[in-house]
Amino acid sequence: MEFPFGYGLHLENYSASSGHYPQVPHEAVPSQLDNQYVADYHSACYSIPVQSVMTPSVGPSMLNTQQLYSGAPHPVESAGGLTQGAISSASYLHTSVPQSYSALSSHYSSSTSSSVASQGFSLSSGHYAMPTISSALYPNLSYPSMSVGSPYGQVFTSQSLPAVGQFKETNTFPNQSSAVPRTLQQQITLGYNSTSWSTSDFQSAQDNFSRNNTGSLAKASSQINTVGILDSLHPVSQNVQFTNPGVETSVVSSAVTSSIRTPVGDHLTEPASVPSSTQPSESLLQEAIDSSSTTSSASPVINNYDALEGGGYPETNSATSSPAPTPQTSRMPKPFGYGYPTLQPGYQNATPSTSAMQPSNPGHHSGFQQYPQQYPGVNQLSSTLGGLSLQHSQQPESLRPVNLTQERNILPVSPVLAPVPNLNSDLRKLNCSPDSFRCTLTNIPQTQALLNKAKLPLGLLLHPFRDLTQLPVITSSTIVRCRSCRTYINPFVSFIDQRRWKCNLCYRVNDVPEEFMYNPLTRSYGEPHKRPEVQNSTVEFIASSDYMLRPPQPAVYLFVLDVSHNAVEAGYLTIVCQSLLENLDKLPGDSRTRIGFITFDSTVHFYNLQEGLSQPQMLIVSDIDDVFLPTPDSLLVNLHESKELIKDLLSALPNMFINTRETHSALGPALQAAFKLMSPTGGRISVFQSQLPSLGAGLLHSREDPNQRSSTKVVQHLGPATDFYKKLALDCSGQQTAVDLFLLSSQYADLASLACMSKYSAGCIYYYPSFHHSHNPAQAEKLQKDLKRYLTRKIGFEAVMRIRCTKGLSIHTFHGNFFVRSTDLLSLANINPDAGFAVQMSIEESLTDTSLVCFQTALLYTSSKGERRIRVHTLCLPVVTSLSDVYAGADVQAAVCLLANMAVDRSVSSSLSDARDALVNAVVDSLSAYISTASNLQQSTLIAPNSLRLFPLYVLALLKQKAFRTGTSTRLDDRIYAMCQIKSQPLVHLMKMIHPNLYRIDRLTNEGAIHVNDRVVPQPPLQKLSAEKLTREGAFLMDCGSIFYIWIGKSCDNSFIKDVLGYPNYASVPQKLTQLPELDTLSSERARSFITWLRDSRPLNPVLQVIRDESPAKTDFFQHLVEDRTEAAFSYYEFLLHIQQQICK
Amino acid sequence: MAFTFAAFCYMLSLVLCAALIFFAVWHIIAFDELRTDFKSPIDHCNPVHARERLRNIERICFLLRKLVLPEYSIHSLFCIMFLCAQEWLTLGLNVPLVFYHFWRYFHCPADSSELAYDPPAVMNADTLSYCQKEAWCKLAFYLLSFFYYLYCMIYTLVSS
Repeated sequence: MEFPFGYGLHLENYSASSGHYPQVPHEAVPSQLDNQYVADYHSACYSIPVQSVMTPSVGPSMLNTQQLYSGAPHPVESAGGLTQGAISSASYLHTSVPQSYSALSSHYSSSTSSSVASQGFSLSSGHYAMPTISSALYPNLSYPSMSVGSPYGQVFTSQSLPAVGQFKETNTFPNQSSAVPRTLQQQITLGYNSTSWSTSDFQSAQDNFSRNNTGSLAKASSQINTVGILDSLHPVSQNVQFTNPGVETSVVSSAVTSSIRTPVGDHLTEPASVPSSTQPSESLLQEAIDSSSTTSSASPVINNYDALEGGGYPETNSATSSPAPTPQTSRMPKPFGYGYPTLQPGYQNATPSTSAMQPSNPGHHSGFQQYPQQYPGVNQLSSTLGGLSLQHSQQPESLRPVNLTQERNILPVSPVLAPVPNLNSDLRKLNCSPDSFRCTLTNIPQTQALLNKAKLPLGLLLHPFRDLTQLPVITSSTIVRCRSCRTYINPFVSFIDQRRWKCNLCYRVNDVPEEFMYNPLTRSYGEPHKRPEVQNSTVEFIASSDYMLRPPQPAVYLFVLDVSHNAVEAGYLTIVCQSLLENLDKLPGDSRTRIGFITFDSTVHFYNLQEGLSQPQMLIVSDIDDVFLPTPDSLLVNLHESKELIKDLLSALPNMFINTRETHSALGPALQAAFKLMSPTGGRISVFQSQLPSLGAGLLHSREDPNQRSSTKVVQHLGPATDFYKKLALDCSGQQTAVDLFLLSSQYADLASLACMSKYSAGCIYYYPSFHHSHNPAQAEKLQKDLKRYLTRKIGFEAVMRIRCTKGLSIHTFHGNFFVRSTDLLSLANINPDAGFAVQMSIEESLTDTSLVCFQTALLYTSSKGERRIRVHTLCLPVVTSLSDVYAGADVQAAVCLLANMAVDRSVSSSLSDARDALVNAVVDSLSAYISTASNLQQSTLIAPNSLRLFPLYVLALLKQKAFRTGTSTRLDDRIYAMCQIKSQPLVHLMKMIHPNLYRIDRLTNEGAIHVNDRVVPQPPLQKLSAEKLTREGAFLMDCGSIFYIWIGKSCDNSFIKDVLGYPNYASVPQKLTQLPELDTLSSERARSFITWLRDSRPLNPVLQVIRDESPAKTDFFQHLVEDRTEAAFSYYEFLLHIQQQICK
Repeated sequence: MAFTFAAFCYMLSLVLCAALIFFAVWHIIAFDELRTDFKSPIDHCNPVHARERLRNIERICFLLRKLVLPEYSIHSLFCIMFLCAQEWLTLGLNVPLVFYHFWRYFHCPADSSELAYDPPAVMNADTLSYCQKEAWCKLAFYLLSFFYYLYCMIYTLVSS
């Protein structure tokens, strides 16, 4: 499990927690929320559905510590809290929401009335010292509490869970052992010692308590794995709250504590046993996003099983039905949240286990109507939170109509985040991270007809092999899968009883294998739902021997290097050899790792590196029409045995060809030789090529007509010129070999043909136009950084990926680099963490009998250590029946990325202008479909639902992207490369490529800054991509994904130039500046920490380029200002008018 | 009872139509083979199987490509014969398919015409189902025309 999204996600979790209240009516699980957050965050939107029973108020201090059952944040603002506290009465009360909440009250009361009576017990403890600290902390945005909240929120019965979650928080403390019990007690304290509990209720609550506690001891320990995994994360800014030594542990009923403590003690002492079945994932790089999510301490404790299986489990039920005079709702259907922002319980649905989810749910509509009322609350919230990226800030209003032509600032100030599927809280928390798995429609339409009406593309965007900071790894001899569709068991299956589970994709009822009943983590029996497979939507299995019929292949790397005159002149060899030398020990692999080298010009050169030789032996094969391997067994050698020889070769190689006069390049024969060399084992071939192949098989001719570069009509030669590379790629794919291409060419090199070698063998493509080691230092630096990442990143060999989806949906087109082996199986010779995939889907049978659909990606690969592993991601989405719901759930970024992929296909198979038309039509169709559904809107204005408000902007950006632009001079190779990237990049990177982020950086302040690893990272607002935002007095940073531009205005403040760039004035800033100096000034520090933070958030280290206003590189910068008019393309406003015209037609 | 040129045309097309029917059946089988991978799921993960499967796909695609030209030329031959025999109705029935064939043949996505039925493209579920549908439609068309030719042949032989 990972929580890449930092804050947003947690927020979401948090809010989610309220959703399942209804079905958790009175579990007395006083979870310890961090009170301050309760106060601050949940001010408005966390509503509580609930008739909260409150203790008579004590005083202000208590307000901050208000505790709700099941961790539901209470809608209390500190001021509001007062009143509320005052109102609450001793016994169970249907609290009519206090006046001060007027904004909410209407909404809530409506929702509550229909929904379940779940009760928040707000406890208060006067001695609880936190609030003060926390409020001090708050400005630093330590959200972590959110995640603390989340485990509670979903806890059904188990008291000890919160403790675990808590423990996680605390385990980063210096004094762990002492901290833990303390927090525990604290919690209990909160539960019991609230002085003012009215006795009877208190009694019953206590009953609950003890039951829960005891009952769930075992459950708690199932969390160990996650605990173990977590510790790589160091919640930084949050530590303070819990370390507070002043927290008093007071009267605790000893029996209870002891029972609680034991499991925790186990946890503490047990880390040793953790690796047995779960290990922290070997994450190579912690992306900054992840590390920033650190601050929010992603706690993957997900223990919703009970919640999920509401009615299924006798024992949980018994626990729930402990004496409580409230409306008994333990068997109420689940809320299936339609209340957008916080999932109001107004929407009720059946438990998945009974699968009786009624699509025609009365609650649904009421829930839906809630949002208008909620806007104020949410807006208010987001405004109070300032620069925080609130994930669902637009969610509640995703249907709010936006008049596009009148809205000038359509771009939000903070990065756009993925919409949250409108599920109930526990499912939401369990759901796969949007970074790994995203769907263009987070509300799946019920029928194809409805989908056609919405005119939005339906598809998935996958980033399956992403570097994760935490990932439960499961070793088990039997991997539980559905017997008919082979789906892996996942959090969204339903357990019918202890012995049987029902597949959520094909609905077949399967037996739970005996082995699965035993939970090795807790050493307990009979709790299949507590296994990590069922607790996490992203898991990795270590496959048993069934999954391999031959021993897993070793890591084999072959480097094929162009050493013709052109290549030597460009000087890339030095960089490659240097990087290899530096990273030789970091190449992923085990003791069997093998490596080899081939160089070629008009002949092919092999290198004998057999152990025992005194120096590397070069073998030249000049018969390029029929290449053979001179010595088949000593060309690929064991990295460790022949390390010295390899190092010798690498240091000698750059100088060996320095005087070469050979201009020809026999790439084809070299590749054939490489294929022959690799075919017995499989592995990775890295090809470095610097010019058009001119000899032997696969030779190419220049097809580009430079005069046609800026043609607006036809762009030709987007397809390959020859089949050679495609056939070679297929052969390689069959032998589990991937070909990665590094093209470092200054002239046309026919990337369209060459790219085929990587496309179909699941390789990756890097292109460095006009590469030269000294004339173009930016590219040289980029190559160096890319290579470092390339050589050291994780790699999976002989992989296959299968995407399954719920019966009724069908997957029909795949995008990415792979070969489709059978209709739903992608064959990936290699998989790397930077590869993204897209999938188009259609709805074949209407999904009337289900209200949830699931998608599962299973990626089976051989790790570089020779283990066969399966990484499984599962995504769960709701099904909706109305068109407006479909629009409400549209994920505009995913839709744009999918459209981009489709447009690439279209431009190759048909023509570029067709593809462009299709893109424009996609906007026109979807918006006109929306306008026609919303009959109350004026037909003449261009209205979009809020969820799609960025759609025209993104599509315009796409039309101006190198891949699809016309009229502006674009080299064919650049265009093709952009297309290759669109097909193979994961969504996050692709979005930056399509629509870069622009920030003003000359006036960075700490306002709204976040803390990452003790550094303060300023968060400047996003600027729209228009020259109108650029002022001469400013300096701007544009983040294009693979490159950062810093544009400096003519009259930029001298102090910025001096303090950040290190030059006395504007005129003295050099043309080619690619680094910011480390100056000891505040503004420099801020700028650098911001840039480092941006850099850390992506695997490829982007190059920085400082551009002065009059430098020639300026055009590179200005071409990204997509909202502006160019001679060949619309401005944003014109584009809107164009769309409007099309719609009216 | 006269053995006219038209009658000859029908007799010849009857024979060739049988060949076309065979082609269509073969296409259907081939696409079905491409679509379904009969191996057990676990076997999918086996690299050896991967190789076999890939070879299989390539072989099928290679054969498919080989069959394209014969099929199209046989069908065009019909039309030319019917044109010569002045069998306008029959010609009219066949012309749409001829145009479709021309379109298929010359509207090749990539620069090299060899890429019709190229493995990565064909394996796309969308393309595959299109091809499969196309093959079924053709089979139906050829079967109907087979009986139509038979009828016409007898009719011409008997009538004149």
